[in-house]
Amino acid sequence: MDVRPRELAPISLTVNGNVHELEVEPRWLLCDVLRHQLGLTGTHVGCEHGVCGCCTVLIDGRPARSCLMFAVTADGADIRTVEGLARGDGKLHPLQTAFRRHHGLQCGFCTPGFLMAALPIYRRAGALSDDELREALGGQLCRCTGYVGIVAAVRAAAEIEAGDSAP
Amino acid sequence: MFGERVERREDLRLLTGGGRYTDDFEHDAAQAAFVRSEHAHARVLDVDVTGALEVDGVLGVYTHEDLTGGFAAPLPLLVPHEGIVRPRTQYALAAEEVCYAGETIVMVVATDRYVAEDAAGRIRVSYEPLEAIVDLARAADAGATVAHAGAPDNIAGRVSEEKGDVDGALANAPHVFEWRFEIERSASTPMEGRAVVARYDERDGMLMVYDSTQAPTGIRGGLAALFGVDLERVQVLAPDVGGGFGVKVMQFYPEEVLIPWAARRLGTPVKWTEDRREHFIGSNHERKQIHHVRVGCDDDGRILAFETRFVHDSGAYCPYGLIVPVITSAQLPGPYKLENYRYEFRAVYTNTVSTSPYRGAGRPQGAFVMERTLDRLARELALDPVDVRRRNLIQPDEFPYEVGVTFQDGGPTVYDSGDYPRGLELLLDAVGYAGFAAERERAAAEGRRLGLGLGCYVEGTGIGPYEGAAINVMGDGTVTVAIGLSTQGQAHETVFAQIAADELGVDVERVQVSTGDTRRIGYGVGTFASRSAGVAGNAVKRAARSVRHQAQEFAARLLEAAVDDIELADGAARVKGSPQSAIPLGRLALVANPLRYAYGAEATEAAVFARKAYSSGEAPLHEDATPGLNAVEYYSPRSGVFGFGMHAAIVEIDPDTCNLLVRRYVIVHDCGRVINPLVVDGQVQGGFAQGLGGAFFERIVYDDTGQIQNASFMDFLIPYATEVPAPELHHTETPSPSNELGVKGVGEAGAIAVPAVIANAVADALERPIDSMPLSPLQLFDMLHPDGNGR
Ligand code: FES
Ligand code: FES
Repeated sequence: MDVRPRELAPISLTVNGNVHELEVEPRWLLCDVLRHQLGLTGTHVGCEHGVCGCCTVLIDGRPARSCLMFAVTADGADIRTVEGLARGDGKLHPLQTAFRRHHGLQCGFCTPGFLMAALPIYRRAGALSDDELREALGGQLCRCTGYVGIVAAVRAAAEIEAGDSAP
Repeated sequence: MFGERVERREDLRLLTGGGRYTDDFEHDAAQAAFVRSEHAHARVLDVDVTGALEVDGVLGVYTHEDLTGGFAAPLPLLVPHEGIVRPRTQYALAAEEVCYAGETIVMVVATDRYVAEDAAGRIRVSYEPLEAIVDLARAADAGATVAHAGAPDNIAGRVSEEKGDVDGALANAPHVFEWRFEIERSASTPMEGRAVVARYDERDGMLMVYDSTQAPTGIRGGLAALFGVDLERVQVLAPDVGGGFGVKVMQFYPEEVLIPWAARRLGTPVKWTEDRREHFIGSNHERKQIHHVRVGCDDDGRILAFETRFVHDSGAYCPYGLIVPVITSAQLPGPYKLENYRYEFRAVYTNTVSTSPYRGAGRPQGAFVMERTLDRLARELALDPVDVRRRNLIQPDEFPYEVGVTFQDGGPTVYDSGDYPRGLELLLDAVGYAGFAAERERAAAEGRRLGLGLGCYVEGTGIGPYEGAAINVMGDGTVTVAIGLSTQGQAHETVFAQIAADELGVDVERVQVSTGDTRRIGYGVGTFASRSAGVAGNAVKRAARSVRHQAQEFAARLLEAAVDDIELADGAARVKGSPQSAIPLGRLALVANPLRYAYGAEATEAAVFARKAYSSGEAPLHEDATPGLNAVEYYSPRSGVFGFGMHAAIVEIDPDTCNLLVRRYVIVHDCGRVINPLVVDGQVQGGFAQGLGGAFFERIVYDDTGQIQNASFMDFLIPYATEVPAPELHHTETPSPSNELGVKGVGEAGAIAVPAVIANAVADALERPIDSMPLSPLQLFDMLHPDGNGR
C-alpha cells in the first residue's frame, strides 16, 4: 500500500461569524482543523470516538461532535464554538455566568462541550424536570464535577439572562 | 474571605475557550505516534521500520537501539520501599521483552499526527508470544506462569505489620469469622488524556517541556538528570490540566522521556497527545485487590482482633512502588479502634497495565473491606449495624490517636483530630435512619426492594515532604503567588488567592496565582494525596505573612510610625485608625525598591527615597530587607492530617432491569477548616460521582490473553449526568491542630466510601452478602435468580 502524497481540498467555513477559506486534507477531522488550523483551541478532544462530547460545537445551529466529522464535509457550514459565546465586549454569556456561579466546572476540559450542548436548550430548562434536564445533557461526560453544578447552572442561565436584559 | 464561597478566578479563562492545555501549545510542532505491543507477553524478535521511513513527512523512527545512556535504561522506580523484593520498571522503548499489551516499542516522529500514524502502521514487529498471566489470584500462587521471563515468581513486594497480639485475641474471641473480598481494576480516565510537548533551544541549551502532569517539578528533576544538564537548563510547565485523579502523577511514563529526547535530537519542537485508546492501554490503572479477612469479636460486635491478608495487582511493573497497598494497610482501620490488627500483603506482577494511585488510592479497597466486615458481623450476630459501628468508633477524647501501623510517609499513623461519633449521629439524623425500617416495609408491601447502607472512612491527607510559595507585589498592586504544584481543577488559583488576600488585606481579585511552572518556583512536590490545601496552603500563608511584615516595616519607615501600629487593609498599608495615611501596596512595593533611575512617577519617588536615605547616612536597603515586597517560604509537615466522613445510601433495585436506583445519598464530611465551601462541595460531589462509577459501572475487563476488552468510553462506562444523583452534603469542621490554617485535604474524600456504602445498601436490599465490587445489573439479576430462571 502506498501512502498517497497529501491532497488538499479547498473549503470554506464560517466560524463564529468569520469566513475562513482553507485547504484541508480530506481525512482531517473538523476538531483538528478548528484547533490546529484556526487556533480555536477552546474545542477539546476527549475521546475522538464520539462518546464524551468535549468536542461539541454548533453546526448550522445544532450541536454536533466535531471529532466525528471531516472538515471537508463541513464545507460551507456555519459553525459556532465556545470562543464565539461571550459577547464582543467581553461580557460573559448567561450560561457562562451560570457555570461560574454554580461551580459547573473544575478542570474545564469538558466545559466548552457542555456550554455548546446546553446553548440550544437552556431557555427551556425551566420547563424540564430534573430527569429530563439530565437526559438532555446526557451526551456529555464530565469526570470532575459529578454534574451537580452543571445541572444547576443550565437551570439558572435563563434567569440570569432575564436579569441581564432587565432595564 | 477564608471560609467564603468565592467564585473561582480560573473560570473566566476556562469558560471562554481561553484555557491552555498541553495540546494547545506549539501547533506547528512535529508529532509522535507509537507502535505498542499487541501481545500481553512476548519476546520482540525483530522490528522492521523500512516501510515507515518511506513515508513522506517522517522525521525519525526510533527503537530501543537508538537510545543511549539513561534513556536506554529502565525508567525510574518512583517510590522506593524496603518491602519491594523484585523491582521492575519498563524501558521507554521495549528492549527484548514486552510484558503488557500497550507497551511502547517504536516511536515515529513526523510532520503531523496523521502522517506519524500512517508511518507507524507500516512498521512490522515480529514477536515470539509467551504465555501471559492475567488473573491476580493465580498469579500469586507458587508455580504460576510468570509475567516476566526467567523470574522465579510474580512477587513484586511484600509487607506485613502487627499491632497487639492478633492470634492471641482471635483464640480468645467468642466469635471468629472469615471472609473474602474483592475489588476490581479501574482507572482514573480524566477527560484530557496525557500530553507532552518539548522544545529545545540549541543556542542556549534550554529545554522547555509542557506536560499534562500532576508533578512538574519531579519531571524537571528527572529530565535534568537524564540529560545530564543543570536543573536551570530544564523548565517544565504543567499548564491547564484536564483532570488527573492520580494517573498523571506517575513519572515517568515513556512518552515523557521520549518526547524531550526527540525534540533535542531533531532540533524541532515535538508533541505527543494521547488518544483515548492509548490512555486505556498505556496509562496506569488501579484498585484490583483480593482480601482475606479474619475477625474476632465479642457478643456486642466489639472487634477484638482483625487480620487481613491480601494480594495487590501491580500490573506488569511497579513504577510507583508499593504505595497503593501500603495506603490500604494503614487506612483500612478507618475510624475504628483495632487494638489487635495485622496486615500482610503481596504485590503481584501480571501481564497488564501497571497500577498506581487513582483517587482514593487504596482507601476505597480498605473501606470496602472494613465496612462490609462490620455489616456482615452485625448480620451474623443479629445486631444493628449502627450499634456495631458506635461501639467500635474512636472517641473524641482519644486524639491524637495512634493507629499502630506505619503511614505511607514511613512514620507512624497518628490521627490528629476528629469527632467520629458526632459525624455518625448527624448522618443517621439526616438520612432518617430511625424511620427507615418502616419505609422499607412499606416498599416491600408494594413489591419494591429498598436497602440502606452506611460507610465511614478516615483519609490521611496533606502529606509532605513540602511545598513552597513565592509572593511578589507588583507596582499596580497586583499580588502574584507562584506555587510549585500544578492544578487539575481544584481551584488553586482561587483558594490560595483567598489565603494571600486575607493576610495582605487586598481584594481576592488582585491576587494572581500561577501553578505548576518551574520557571516561577523551582521547588515543589506535586498535586496528589489530597495534599495541596494542607501543604501549599500553609506555605502561602507563611509567604504572605513575610510580605506583610516587610510592608509593615517599610510603611512604618515612610510614615514614621511604630511597626506595630501599621495595618494592611483595602490594598494599602496605613497607621491604624488613620485611613488618610494609607499607602497603596503597589506604590509601597515600588518605593521599597530603592532606585538609581527614575523611569516613572513611582520610580521617581523610589529614587528620591534612596537619595534621602544616603543623605541621612543610611543604606537605602536595610539589613535583611529585600527590594520591593516579596518572599519565598516553604512548609514541611511532620506527618499527614486526617479528614473523615460518613456516608449513607438508600437504594432500590429495579425488579425488571436490575438497575441500581440511588434514591438518596447523604454525606457528612469533615476536612478541618474550609477555605472555600463552593470548592469543597465540588470536590466531594465529584469524588462521589467517581465512587459511584467504581461501585456500579467502571471495571477494566481483561481477557485471559491480556487484551483489554473495553478500551473505549463506549465500553468502559463512566457515569453521565443521568446516572449520578446529587448527594446531600453536611459538614462538620474539626480543625487540624497540626497546621496553622487548621485545614485538611478533601480531594479524594468523596470517592473513598462509596463502593462500600453501595455494597452495604444492595446487600441490605437483597438480603444477600456482596463481597466483590463493582456490581452490575447482570450480577444483581443473577443474585435475584440463583436458579438461572429468567435469563
Ligand atoms: S472527542 Fe468528540 S465525542 Fe469525545
Ligand atoms: S470539569 Fe473536568 S471534566 Fe468536567
